[in-house]
Amino acid sequence: MAQVFGPWANTVAKLSIVLGVFFVAAALATLDTIHRSSYVRLTGVARPQPVAFSHKHHANMGIDCRYCHTTVEEEAFANIPPTSVCMTCHTMVWADSPALEPVIESYETGEPIKWKRVHDLPDHVYFDHSAHVNKGIGCATCHGRVDEMPLVWKEQPLFMKWCLECHREPEQFIRPREEVFNMAYESPKDQHELGEHLVEEYEVKTHNHRLMDCWICHR
Amino acid sequence: MMRRACIRSFRLEGRASARPGHAEACPSSPFGDLHGPLQQVAKTGWVKLARSGVAIFVVLCALLTTTGCDLRQKMWDQPSYRTYQESEFFEDGSSARPLVEGTVARGFLREDDHYYRGKVDGEFAKELPEQIEVTRELLMRGKERYNIYCSVCHDPAGYGNGMVVQRGFAEPESFHIDRLRGMPDGYYYSVITDGFGRMPGYAYQIRPSDRWAIVAYIRTLQLSQYATLDDVPETVRDDL
Ligand code: HEC
Ligand code: HEC
Ligand code: HEC
Ligand code: HEC
Ligand code: HEC
Ligand code: HEC
Repeated sequence: MAQVFGPWANTVAKLSIVLGVFFVAAALATLDTIHRSSYVRLTGVARPQPVAFSHKHHANMGIDCRYCHTTVEEEAFANIPPTSVCMTCHTMVWADSPALEPVIESYETGEPIKWKRVHDLPDHVYFDHSAHVNKGIGCATCHGRVDEMPLVWKEQPLFMKWCLECHREPEQFIRPREEVFNMAYESPKDQHELGEHLVEEYEVKTHNHRLMDCWICHR
Repeated sequence: MMRRACIRSFRLEGRASARPGHAEACPSSPFGDLHGPLQQVAKTGWVKLARSGVAIFVVLCALLTTTGCDLRQKMWDQPSYRTYQESEFFEDGSSARPLVEGTVARGFLREDDHYYRGKVDGEFAKELPEQIEVTRELLMRGKERYNIYCSVCHDPAGYGNGMVVQRGFAEPESFHIDRLRGMPDGYYYSVITDGFGRMPGYAYQIRPSDRWAIVAYIRTLQLSQYATLDDVPETVRDDL
C-alpha cells in the first residue's frame, strides 16, 4: 500500500496542535466574554414588572428610600415593601387608575405582588446592606441613580472584582453617613483625604486587607 | 496522561513512516522516546488510535464542561431558601411562612402599656415613658424618622402640606393649632401606631423607640413655631 501521509503530515500535525490550542483558547475567551457581557448580565436592562412602579416618579416627590426599603439600615436584606405600604398613599392617590389595579387587587386578596428580582448574587456569596450603609457607602455607589429610573435596572454587573475594587480601597468611595441616601451626592475633590479620614472615623476594618479575605463574602 | 500519549504516538508515527530509522532521533520531542506496548499500538493502527484519541479528547472536554457547569450551577442556586425565594413545596408558592395567629416571640410580650401603646390606666399618657430619655441624639433621630415617614404628608415643618397632599391625599390639620398642641404625648404615639381617620398606621415601618423619638421631635417642632425671645439663652441673643 502506498504511503498515505508524506512528510508534510508532520507539519500539518504540528500546526493542528497549535491551531487546536488556539481555537480552544479562542472559544473559551468568547464564552467568557459572552458570560460577562451586559447581555447575559442584564446590566442596564430594565426588567418589566407586574406593576409599572416608577422610582423616578416616587423619589422625585421626596419619598425617602427607607419609607419603603425599611430594613436596609439594620439588616442584610433590603426588603421590598409589602402592598400595605403602597396603600398608605394609594388608598387616596390615583386609587382608581388602571396602573394600580394589581396593587389594589393584591391588597384586597392578600396575594403578594410578584416583583421580579433585578439584583441577584449567586447563593455562594454573602452580602450585607447594613454593613455598607452604616459605614458610609451610598445606595447610588452600587445601584446608580435609582431616583432617575422609571423601572429599576442593574447599574453594575456585580462581578467579584468590582466588590474587591472597593474592599481594597474603600476610601475612594466612602462618604459621610448623612449623605448615604442622597442620590445626587458627588464626591468632593479631596475625596482621598476625606475618605481616609472617614475610614478611620467609622473604624472600617481595612487593616491587613481584612475586607479582602475570602470568607468575608463566601461564608 | 491518556491525551498526551495519543498525540505523541500520532506524531511519532508520522515521522517514522516517512523516514524510517529517524524515529529514535527525534530531538524536538518533549516526551522522550516511547517504549513498550504504547509503541506497539502506535505502530499497528495509528488511524484508529488517532480517532479514539480525538474521541477521548472530546469526551473529556464534554465531561469537564458539563460537570463544571453542573457544579457551578449547584453552588449558584443552592437548595436552601433565600429571602423571598419562591418555593415549589408550599401551596402558596412562597418560602416565607406566615406566623400562626397569636404568636408571641420570646421577649416580645409587650406588657408595658405606656411604652407600647402610649396609655397609662386606659388614658393617653401625658409624658414620654421612662425608657425614653430626651437627649440631643433622640431629637436628631426623631427628626430623621419624621422626615422619612411623616413629612411627605405633614411637610417638614408640620403644617400638613406635604408633597403627597399636594398630589391629592387628604389634608391633615397643622400640628401648630391649639387643639393638637394640647394633646398628650400618648395621643401622638397612638396615631403613629394605629393611624387616625384617613391616615394609615405606621406600626409596620416604625418601631416603638423611633415612634417616641418622633413624638419628642413633633413637640420640638411645636415649640419652635411659638418660640419667644425668652426661650433663647441670653448669651446668644445678640446674634439674632
Ligand atoms: C414607594 C416605595 C419605594 C421607594 C420610596 C423606593 N423604592 Fe426601591 N423598590 C420599591 C419596589 C416596590 C421595588 C420592587 C420593584 C422593582 O424592582 O421596581 C423596588 C426595587 C428596588 C431595587 C431593585 C431590587 C431588586 O430587585 O434587585 C433597588 C436597587 C431599589 N429599589 C433601590 C431604591 C433606592 C435607592 C431608593 C431611594 C432613592 C428606593 N429604592 C426607593 C419601592 C420603593
Ligand atoms: C408616600 C406616598 C406613596 C407611596 C408609599 C406609594 N406611592 Fe405610588 N404614587 C404616589 C403619588 C402621589 C402618585 C401620583 C404622582 C402624580 O400625580 O404625579 C403615585 C403614582 C403611582 C403610579 C402611577 C404613576 C406613574 O406613572 O408611576 C403607580 C403605578 C404607583 N404610584 C405605584 C405604587 C406602588 C406599586 C407603590 C408601593 C410599592 C407605591 N406606588 C407607593 C404616592 C405614593
Ligand atoms: C455595596 C454596594 C451596595 C450598596 C451601598 C447598596 N446596595 Fe442594595 N444591593 C447590592 C447588592 C450586591 C444586591 C444584591 C443582593 C443579593 O442578590 O443578595 C442589592 C440588592 C438590593 C435590593 C433587593 C433586595 C435584596 O436585598 O437583595 C434592594 C431593594 C436594594 N439593594 C436597595 C438598596 C438601597 C435602598 C440602598 C441604600 C440605602 C442600597 N441598596 C445600597 C449592593 C448594594
Ligand atoms: C463602594 C464600596 C464597596 C463595594 C462596591 C462593596 N463593598 Fe462590601 N464593604 C464595604 C465597606 C466599607 C464595608 C465595611 C467594613 C466594616 O464594617 O468595617 C464592607 C463590608 C462588607 C461585608 C461585611 C463584612 C463584615 O465584617 O461582616 C460583606 C459581607 C461585604 N462587604 C460584601 C460585599 C460584596 C459581596 C460586594 C459586591 C457585591 C461588596 N461588598 C461591595 C465597601 C464596599
Ligand atoms: C468582596 C466580596 C468577595 C470577596 C472578598 C471574595 N469574593 Fe469571590 N465572589 C464574590 C462575588 C460577588 C462573586 C460572584 C461573581 C459573579 O456573579 O460572577 C464571587 C465568585 C467567586 C467564585 C466563582 C466564580 C464564578 O465565576 O462563578 C469563586 C471561585 C470565588 N469567588 C473565589 C474567591 C476566593 C478564592 C476569594 C479569596 C481570595 C474570594 N472569592 C473573595 C465576592 C467576593
Ligand atoms: C400618607 C399621608 C400621611 C402620612 C405619611 C402621615 N400622616 Fe398623619 N395624617 C394624615 C392625614 C390625612 C390626617 C388627618 C386624618 C383625618 O382627619 O381623617 C393625619 C392626622 C395625623 C394626626 C392627628 C391630627 C388630628 O387631627 O388629631 C397626627 C398626630 C399625625 N397625623 C401624625 C403623623 C405622624 C407622626 C406621621 C409620621 C409617622 C404621619 N402623621 C404620617 C396623613 C398622613
